[in-house]
Amino acid sequence: MATKASRSAARLMMAPAVILLMGWMLVPLTMTVWFSFRKYLPLRGGDLGPAGFDNYVRFVTSSSFWPAVWTTLIIVGGVLLITVVLGILLALLLDQPMWGQGVVRILVIAPFFVMPTVSALVWKNMFMDPTNGLFAHLWRLFGAEPVAWLSEASMGSIVMIVSWQWLPFATLILLTAIQSLDSEQLEAAEMDGAGPLQRFGHIILPHLGRAITIVILIQTIFLLSIFAEIFVTTGGAFGTRTLTYLIFQRVLESQNVGLGSAGGVYAIILANIVAIFLMRIVGKNLDA
Amino acid sequence: MARAVSTQRKTLTTALAWAIGLVIFFPILWTVLTSFKTEAQAIANPPIFLNFDWTLENYAIVQERSNYMRFLWNSVILAGGSTLLGIIIAVPAAWSMAFVPSKRTKDILLWMLSTKMLPAVGVLYPIYLLFIKMGLLDSRAGMVIVLMLINLPIIVWMLYTYFREIPGEILEAARMDGATLKEELIYILTPMAIPGIASTVLLNFILAWNEAFWTLNLTAVDAAPLTAFIASYSSPEGLFFAKLSAASTMAIAPILILGWFSQKQLVRGLTFGAVK
Amino acid sequence: MGRIQLKDVTKSFGEAQVIPPLNLTIEDGEFTVFVGPSGCGKSTLLRLIAGLEDITSGVIEINGEDATDVVPARRGLAMVFQSYALYPHMSVRKNIAFPLRMAKMSPDEIDRRVKSAADVLNLTDYLERRPGQLSGGQRQRVAIGRAIVREPAAFLFDEPLSNLDAALRVGMRMEISELHKKLDTTMVYVTHDQVEAMTMADKIVVLQAGYIEQVGSPLELYQRPKNTFVAGFIGSPKMNLVTGAEAARHDATTIGIRPEHIDISDSEGAWKGIVGVSEHLGSDTFFHIHSDISDEPLTVRASGELLLDYGATVFLTPRAEYLHRFDARGLRIE
Repeated sequence: MATKASRSAARLMMAPAVILLMGWMLVPLTMTVWFSFRKYLPLRGGDLGPAGFDNYVRFVTSSSFWPAVWTTLIIVGGVLLITVVLGILLALLLDQPMWGQGVVRILVIAPFFVMPTVSALVWKNMFMDPTNGLFAHLWRLFGAEPVAWLSEASMGSIVMIVSWQWLPFATLILLTAIQSLDSEQLEAAEMDGAGPLQRFGHIILPHLGRAITIVILIQTIFLLSIFAEIFVTTGGAFGTRTLTYLIFQRVLESQNVGLGSAGGVYAIILANIVAIFLMRIVGKNLDA
Repeated sequence: MARAVSTQRKTLTTALAWAIGLVIFFPILWTVLTSFKTEAQAIANPPIFLNFDWTLENYAIVQERSNYMRFLWNSVILAGGSTLLGIIIAVPAAWSMAFVPSKRTKDILLWMLSTKMLPAVGVLYPIYLLFIKMGLLDSRAGMVIVLMLINLPIIVWMLYTYFREIPGEILEAARMDGATLKEELIYILTPMAIPGIASTVLLNFILAWNEAFWTLNLTAVDAAPLTAFIASYSSPEGLFFAKLSAASTMAIAPILILGWFSQKQLVRGLTFGAVK
Repeated sequence: MGRIQLKDVTKSFGEAQVIPPLNLTIEDGEFTVFVGPSGCGKSTLLRLIAGLEDITSGVIEINGEDATDVVPARRGLAMVFQSYALYPHMSVRKNIAFPLRMAKMSPDEIDRRVKSAADVLNLTDYLERRPGQLSGGQRQRVAIGRAIVREPAAFLFDEPLSNLDAALRVGMRMEISELHKKLDTTMVYVTHDQVEAMTMADKIVVLQAGYIEQVGSPLELYQRPKNTFVAGFIGSPKMNLVTGAEAARHDATTIGIRPEHIDISDSEGAWKGIVGVSEHLGSDTFFHIHSDISDEPLTVRASGELLLDYGATVFLTPRAEYLHRFDARGLRIE
C-alpha cells in the first residue's frame, strides 16, 4: 500500500533509528571480540599483544567458571519455576470474580516497579538481616535460631528476591492471556462434560502455552543478566557469582579486559541461543 | 454470558486473593511504614506495625546527608531525556514500518529486538572505554544516550504495534483529501496515536528509571540517579532501617504511581506485542 | 468534468504482475462498476486511479491530462473507503470539513459547503458527534459527505456497502444512485457483488486475474456474456453451464441457460430430472434439479406458487432463444 514517494520518505525516516542501533550493536561488539583475542590489562600496561584463544580457554578452565555457570542456571531455573507456577495459579485466581479485583491486581503488580537496588536492599536488611531483620524476629518468636540468610542460604535468598520481583510480570502476562480465552470455549467444554481440572488441562493450559513460552524466554533473557541484586546483596560472595557477575569482576574489578571479553562473548552466544527461540515466536506473531 | 457466582464462593476468592495480594505487597508496605519510625522502633522486637510515633525525621536526614534531590533530579533527567529522545527517533521509524512495510520490515524489527537481547555485560568494557575516551563517563548526556539506546527497540516495537492498529485506510483517506505527508502526520496520525504514544512514554520512563546495570557502572557522582543513590546504602548505612526505608520510599514512590497507570501497556511493551 | 483513461496500465508487486496491460476509458458522468471475485485486481485498479499505488508502466489520464505521477491529493478525485476511514478523533463536521481545510478554503465557504452536504445526506443533526457514536449507515453517509464537499472530478468507491447489513445495503444502493443522478459526476465503484453492479452501473467492467473479461451495460452483460466467466458471474442465481454431450448437440463445448429461461413440466420436456432442494422465496421458487445432462444440479426458477416434492420426476425445456453457446476457449459463439 504505497507509492515510490512514500517509500523513500519511509526509508529516510527509519534511518536514524537503524543507524543508531547498528552503531550501538556493532561498535562495542567488535571491540569485545577484538579484546577477547588480546592480552589486555589496562592497569598493567594496556594492550600486551595478541593472545589467540588463550582468554577463551582460560575463562572456561578457571576454577570459578563452572560454579558461575551452575549459579546462573540455578538462579534462572529456580526463578522461572517459581514465577511460572505461582504465576499461573495467581492468574487463575485473579481471573475469578471477586470484590476489589483492581486493588488486588495493583498489590500483586507493585513489586515489578520497585527498582532492583531497592528491592535487594530492603530484602537484605529489613527482612533477612540475622539480628534485626523481620525474619529473625519471626524465627525467635518460634524459638528458632535466626538464619543469616544471605550467607547461609545465599542462593535460596537470591532466588526468592528475584522471584518476588518477577512474579508480577509472569502473573500479569498470564492473566492477560487467560482473559483473552473465549468463554464459549470453556462453556462448550463444560457441555461436553469436562470437569474443572479437565477444563484447565485441556483448554486453559494449552491456550496459555504461547504466553508461558514468552514469559520463560523474556524472563530468561533478563535473568541471565541480573546484576544489581547480587551487586547489592552479596557482591558475588557465598557462591552467588553468576556468569554476568564473574565477567563484571574480570573486567572492572580485576581489570583483565581480555579475559572478561572472552567471557562476554560466551554470554552473548548464550543469550543468542535463547533469543533465537523468542524471536521465532515474536516473528510468527508479526505475520498474523 | 458470565454466570452468576454464589456469594459464598466470591467471598472465599476475595479473601484468598486479598491475602495473597497483601503478602506480595507487604515488603513495600513495610518499607513505607518503617520510613516513618524512629531508628529504635524500626528494629524493635516484636515489630511495631502501626502504633509508633510517626515522624518525618528520616526524610529530612536522608535529604540532608546525601542530597537526595540531586539524585532524584538526575533520575528525572536520565529517564525523561532518554524517553523523549527515544520517542523522537522512534515515531518516524515506527510510522515507516507500520504504514509503508517492505519485505525487510520484519527483519529490521526482529533485528532491533535482537539488540535488546545483547547481554550488557558482554559490551561493558568497550562502552566504558568509549565513555572515557569521549569524556562521557559520569555525564548526564552520556547516560541519556545509553538509556535511550537500550530502550529504543522497545519504544519502536510498542509504537509499531499501536500504529498498526490504526487502519491504513484512514491515512489514505487523508491523502485523498489533499493532506501532505506532514499534514497527515500532524492532523491524523499523531492525534490518533496519542494514547499509544503516552503509554509508550510511561513504560519507558519506568524502565529507564529502574535501569541498574549501566547506571551503576557508568556513573559516580555527577550523573548518578536514584539506583546508585540506593546502592550507596548497601553498607553500612543500610543498617539504619528507618533511613534506608525513607530513601527507598522516595526512590520508588514516583514510579509506583506511574506504574499503576501503565499496567495494561506493560504487557504489550514487555512482550513486544506478542501478548496483548 | 471527469473523464478517466487508462492506457496500457500494468501493476506488479515484486515479481507478481497483478494487472497485465490494461486499457479502459471511463466517460465523464458515467457510473462505472468494477466487479469480479476477490483477488481479481479490482481494488488495485481503483487504487491506481486514486494514486494510492504507483503504476508499474502505462499512463493514466484524467480529463486528458497525464496524471500518472500526480500525487493523490492533486488528482481531484474523492474516495469512499470500505471501512469508511473516518477520522475518529474529529466530529462529523470536522470530518466533512477536512478536505476543505486542506485546500485552505475560507471558513465561511467551508461552513456553507458542510451545511449543504449535511443537508443532502440528512446529517444535520449529527454534525457535532464523533464517528464512534454513529450507526453504520450514518458513518457511510459521513464518508460520502466528506467526498462530495470537494466537488471532485470523480468519486471512487471501494466496496462501500460491504460492511452494512442487508436491509441497509439496499437503501444505501438507492441513495448512491440517487446522488449520482443529482450530481451527474463520474463515479467509479468497486464491488464483488454482482447485484450491486447490475442495479447501479451505467457500465460494468468484469475483471478476473487483472484481465478485463468484458465491458458493457448491465443488460449487455446479462444478455450477451462474452465468455463463460462472465456468463457464470453475472446473474443471480448463476447461469447453468453444461458441458459434454448435451453441449455438443448444440455445436458447442459449453452451453449456458439461465434459471429463469427453463420451463418446467411434470409430463414432457427436453431434459428429464429429479427434484432436489427447493428454495422458496415467496415470489419465486428456485429448484435444484438433478439431471443426466450434467453432474451439477440445474437451477430452475419457477413461480412461487409451483410446489414440487423432493425426489419427484420433472421435465425441463430450455428456451432456445436464450441458450448461450461457448467454444473450447470459453468464448461466446454467435
